[in-house]
Amino acid sequence: MHQFIWLIPILPLVGFILIGILNKRLPIQWSGGIASVAVFLSFLISLGVFKEVQMDNFVPERIVYFNWIAAGNLTIDFAFLIDQLSAIMLLVVTGVGFLIHIYSIGYMHHEADHSRFFSYLNLFIFFMLLLVMGSNYIVMFAGWEGVGLCSYLLIGFWFKNTEYNNAAKKAFIMNRIGDLGFLLGVFLIFMTFGSVSFKEVFEGAKQFSSNDPTITAICILLFIGAIGKSAQLPLYTWLPDAMAGPTPVSALIHAATMVTAGIYMVVRSNVLFELSPYASEIIAIVGLATAFFAATIGLKQNDIKKVLAYSTVSQLGYMFVALGVGAYDTALFHVITHAFFKALLFLGAGSVIHAMSGEQDIRRMGALKGKLPITHLTFLIGTLAITGIPPLAGFFSKDEILAVAHGYSLPIFTLLSITSVLTAVYMFRLYWLVFYGNFRGTEHQKTHLHESPYSMTIPLMVLAVLSSIGGFIGMPEIFHAPHLLKEFLQPIIWKSATYHPSHSFEYALIAVSIVALMIIIYATYHTYVKRGQLPEEDKDLPAGIPKLLTNKYYVDEIYNSLITRPLDYMSGFFSTYIEKGFIDKIVNGTGPALQGLSGVLRFAQTGNIGGYVFSMVVGIIAILLLTLIVY
Amino acid sequence: MLNQNLPFMILATLSVFSALMVVLSRKPVHSVLYLIFCFFTIGGHYLLLNAQFLFAVHIIVYAGAIMVLFLFTLMFINLNKELEPHKSNLVKAAATIVAGTLLLVMVSTVTDTGNIFPTQVSQNEVGTVAVLGKKLYGDYVLPFELTSILLLAAMVGAVMIGKKNTES
Amino acid sequence: MNSILSVVPIEYYLGLSVILFTIGVMGVLFRRNAIIVFMCIELMLNAVNLLLTAFSTLHGEAGGQVMVFFIMAVAAAEVAVGLAILVMIYNNLRTVDIKEMNKLKW
Repeated sequence: MHQFIWLIPILPLVGFILIGILNKRLPIQWSGGIASVAVFLSFLISLGVFKEVQMDNFVPERIVYFNWIAAGNLTIDFAFLIDQLSAIMLLVVTGVGFLIHIYSIGYMHHEADHSRFFSYLNLFIFFMLLLVMGSNYIVMFAGWEGVGLCSYLLIGFWFKNTEYNNAAKKAFIMNRIGDLGFLLGVFLIFMTFGSVSFKEVFEGAKQFSSNDPTITAICILLFIGAIGKSAQLPLYTWLPDAMAGPTPVSALIHAATMVTAGIYMVVRSNVLFELSPYASEIIAIVGLATAFFAATIGLKQNDIKKVLAYSTVSQLGYMFVALGVGAYDTALFHVITHAFFKALLFLGAGSVIHAMSGEQDIRRMGALKGKLPITHLTFLIGTLAITGIPPLAGFFSKDEILAVAHGYSLPIFTLLSITSVLTAVYMFRLYWLVFYGNFRGTEHQKTHLHESPYSMTIPLMVLAVLSSIGGFIGMPEIFHAPHLLKEFLQPIIWKSATYHPSHSFEYALIAVSIVALMIIIYATYHTYVKRGQLPEEDKDLPAGIPKLLTNKYYVDEIYNSLITRPLDYMSGFFSTYIEKGFIDKIVNGTGPALQGLSGVLRFAQTGNIGGYVFSMVVGIIAILLLTLIVY
Repeated sequence: MLNQNLPFMILATLSVFSALMVVLSRKPVHSVLYLIFCFFTIGGHYLLLNAQFLFAVHIIVYAGAIMVLFLFTLMFINLNKELEPHKSNLVKAAATIVAGTLLLVMVSTVTDTGNIFPTQVSQNEVGTVAVLGKKLYGDYVLPFELTSILLLAAMVGAVMIGKKNTES
Repeated sequence: MNSILSVVPIEYYLGLSVILFTIGVMGVLFRRNAIIVFMCIELMLNAVNLLLTAFSTLHGEAGGQVMVFFIMAVAAAEVAVGLAILVMIYNNLRTVDIKEMNKLKW
């Protein structure tokens, strides 16, 4: 498999170039087909790589392709690192990516500009693969920036809509803020270790003592990068807005893969973070705050994609809590299961939106259960998975996070448990409102309702299966099954948090969570289906907490008035007073000043040749005198 | 001592005198004639300095060609009258003062340099046609050839400027 | 064959050159006839030539005389073009008074 590894990222890149060049000449079957085949081939090679990595005698290998940057004592190879972590990420990216490509063929078939869409998707896969395969921080950063770019391009895919464009810009700018932190972190890494290669950096880091200030600074800077990319507080607001993009994009980029890049990066750098408990604590707290905060906002959102977006932010918060408490493999476990069920939910939402002729407001939906049987069933599986009903995927990973959080600190555990309850509330609220009750859309939408084509439902079914069984790769101890993922990832995790909760606690946790979930399911069913209560229209929202939540704590408004507005004022001030009033005046004044001056000097130009000669001779005398005096 | 200096002194006196007369003569033709004479005395200096080749070239180019051109021009525009209005006395005084200052400054610059000149005169023969010919066609062959282009350009330029503008 | 420099110090030639040069400058300042001004410029050139030759002989270095040769060539070219211009000016203005040549001004 070794010699084919370079093909993994190159295939999507070739797909991007091919589709990009042929562009509108391609019918959707072709553009989507090329894109899907490229990703599928990458997936097959990734499978082969994964098989090889699984072998007992496998040693992580670094494949250097060429010397990328050489300046002074800085040498950066363009190299890939194949180890357990990248192998598993390759599978997730190409596997989920392939399914979403297939889905997009069905979803985008009305879209005239589908070639652009598929070429961007392939480009995204290329950069994402670069990100996970890079063997040093710079290759990783190249991928990191590339996925940001693709995210921007795809959020603003319908670029004729100004609001979508603004969302795209917002995502890009917020990511840039994080990227700056990441970049500074990389600089600091180079300064400290003299290298940016993972291997050398981690070898070097092991010499440092715990809580070394330099390591802590590096970790915090890297984490700032992760905050931007993975939409944590306070840079999360771009992710809900990013839902402006086509739904498959939301599924692929803003749920399954790109936003988990931050988690991947932290897992990759676990040696550094392990050395800095202080930074880890910050990560745990930020993750916890984000998880809780986003979950509360999710309670009151009425846009089907926005609910899922806030849920994504919240789940990412979970993962960061796991990272913060030192359970890197657990975080990755949740990344994988989350990729399955969140992609499933988004694609299901896309299917619903597709059937509803573009309607996204859950207050205008309802009773879609009969019309969209496959979508309904798979969406239900996704909902159950995310809320953590055993034995679906979400249960295992979420339970593991809760368990390690419990081992770390009780308050974190408590808040995280509450968040998990909130997750169940908003997810089932969404589920009941969309699929049960009465149909609340227009007549036109009603006649138009239809189940999606197979190209869309098959990925849904595959993802539903994965969401159901994906959790078995990480069974908790009490089931006496091996924790496959933990064992698999053993070599790349330096020191994993080893917390073995007592069996009774584990049983209690499972039992309580199941009971709580049942209660919530019944309660939400009672509220939204039996009593048929609907979320209030925006205009008759009661004041207080519901209004606060619906308006997302006014975070956007706060950012607006705290950062954007002052910046605007400052720019205005600089524009009118400094630029126009001062600099422009100087620049424009140069002309008239020179004219006036030359108007005076012009009279020295008498046209009298004798005068010229005279002054020339005087000048020569002056020069000679000067030399005489000076020397 | 005086005997030995005599050729130089005589020639130098004649040079300065004729040069002064170039400036002071009323009629342009007289100026030209004095200038020719001045050039001949300078040629004499070249002979004294053992620069035979330069002497020949000097006489041919300056006295022969350039001065004939001047005379020819004078004749051409028929300017042998004292129609030159004199400058005002103020200008004359200023010119004299400036020229005097220039002289003074130059002399003082020269004396200020101190005794940097070799007391022993080099015995190399440098002024002969043989030596200069080798120099010109050896080290200086490129400038020498470029000079011919310069002269050609000057000739074309002079013809272009001098011919009557037929369009107007 | 000894040159004059074995009996006359080089300073004499320096003095002579300076005097001739100053006379040239004075002529340029004094006279208004463009042709005479032109001749005075030639005089200045010759003063420099003389000095170059004197130093060339003093140092036994032929380069100085080669320079004089080039100066003469340039002077010849200059005179040819300059006089052509003067004739042209005379044809147009009917004068060679430099006072009258004052069209190039503000």
